[in-house]
Amino acid sequence: MTVAVSILPEQQLAALNAAYREAVARRRLRLLLGAVIFAAALLLAAIGAEVNLRTLFAHFGNFVSYFDRILTLENGQRVWTDFGEWLWGWRKWLKMLGETLLISYVGTLIGAIFAFALNFFAAENTSPAPWLRFVVRRLLEFARTVPGIVFALVFVIAFGLGPMAGVLAIAIHSTGALGKLFSEIVENADMKPVEGIRSTGASWLSCMRFAIVPQVTAGYASYALLRFEINVREASVMGFVGAGGIGQELVVAIRKFYYSDVSAILLTIVVTVFIIDITTGWLRGRLFGKEART
Amino acid sequence: MTTPQQVDPREMRARYPDIFDRPASARLAMPAMIVAALAILIYGLVDLDFSPSRFFAGLSQLGWISLMMIPPDPGSSLPIYLKALGETLSIALLGTTLAAVFALPVSLLAARNIIPSQILRFPVRRFLDSIRGVDTLIWALVWINVVGLGPFAGVLAIAVSDFGAFGKLFSEAIEGADQKQVEGIRASGGSALHEIRFGLLPQVLPVIAGQVLYFIESNTRSATIIGIVGAGGIGLQLAEQIRVLEWQKVSFLILMILVAVAAIDFISSKLRFAIIGRRAIA
Repeated sequence: MTVAVSILPEQQLAALNAAYREAVARRRLRLLLGAVIFAAALLLAAIGAEVNLRTLFAHFGNFVSYFDRILTLENGQRVWTDFGEWLWGWRKWLKMLGETLLISYVGTLIGAIFAFALNFFAAENTSPAPWLRFVVRRLLEFARTVPGIVFALVFVIAFGLGPMAGVLAIAIHSTGALGKLFSEIVENADMKPVEGIRSTGASWLSCMRFAIVPQVTAGYASYALLRFEINVREASVMGFVGAGGIGQELVVAIRKFYYSDVSAILLTIVVTVFIIDITTGWLRGRLFGKEART
Repeated sequence: MTTPQQVDPREMRARYPDIFDRPASARLAMPAMIVAALAILIYGLVDLDFSPSRFFAGLSQLGWISLMMIPPDPGSSLPIYLKALGETLSIALLGTTLAAVFALPVSLLAARNIIPSQILRFPVRRFLDSIRGVDTLIWALVWINVVGLGPFAGVLAIAVSDFGAFGKLFSEAIEGADQKQVEGIRASGGSALHEIRFGLLPQVLPVIAGQVLYFIESNTRSATIIGIVGAGGIGLQLAEQIRVLEWQKVSFLILMILVAVAAIDFISSKLRFAIIGRRAIA
């Protein structure tokens, strides 16, 4: 079978070709301009950040040999030849890990409770008054933007050293992050049940309780679990500023050059984070079906 | 006009047994979960030394601190702070770019449609996962040991920890790409590299650009943190001022961070819309 390919007359073809070339040239020019601006920004940033490639190349061997050193026991053997010696402090470390998990759990739950209480005021469709929405939104924004560890630094001074400061820091940061996500879920909720309940003369509180909450709890729980996952990581470094958890041990080991301890603690942290990731992923899948896992 | 039909509860009960007589396990599941959650919460509060007296003492301390923060005042160190803020932004920009440049080739190795072999993909994925499992602050501490105190260590810390995140995100973007265009290139006789260059990259680059911009945004936040362990930027100033209890300077620094983050948010969301269009964001 033959297929007839129609070929346009020469003039028409030339015009089309010219238009095509012009369009491509314009796009290329824009891309080039973007690239030049980006390169300039990078150069400026490199000067600002005191990037010194010579230091990097001179010391890059240190980076590689650092891993070599943290994987070597004091007697010169590789760490995996003697697990008893490598993980000598496992009792203490497991206890600190437990504390870390507890910090993130309590912090996430308190944060979720506060976010739950506040999010209806921050959502466009359920907020009772515009000024209230404005205030609550700014409050959540503040809690979200200031990094958790900065809160921890301040709380360590106010509440004293220890896990309490870490819990409160994580709770505040989670309130901000979850409050925003929760209020977005509420904004996507169906408003017809609310109208139905309001038409029976119910108060604002009953509208929220019987029309909105049943629609949104699954989404809330999913986000709270995700937040817990993030908070475990966050809690593992809270100890850097004295706010409890395994970070304390890690920073001491790094600063005092207890090399094999560094790798042992890092290993326990990474394994814990893996386990938590997999468990919460599985839990979210079980609770809310595949589509809730994003 | 119709009158509402009288409903006999007993008849309804007989007709929908599933709704009225749920098994005890289904009815008790929710309260049991809540009780368990609260029990762990209370155990945690006790185990972590929470006591009301300590809490309220701390709260009143916090009240004093907030009072002392007003009004925010940089004193005479405004130029230093501005320079530190510039350093922070530089760290975020450079670190993210470095991470993206190195993550792109590796993400190809972790994508199912490029490397079909599970055996090859698995170690790459686990490698990326373990890099992500270690927090940026820890990487900063490690890099400080290598290149010394200062913002350069911060750049490298952000680059390494984002490398893990980007590797995963990029490979997911690549797996989500449409295979038809790749097949088209293959049908016209292109090599494997041609398939990637002309079939895949045009599809995934806008997505990747959006993600990189988003990370620059969120790294502005991370970059403020890593200064706390000595890796340069505004976090260094912040941690110092908190330690010497100069609360007015602290509040000024926090305000500066908030404004800078808001500005970066604004710029990058504009840029993202320009690159991938409004609907692709959601």
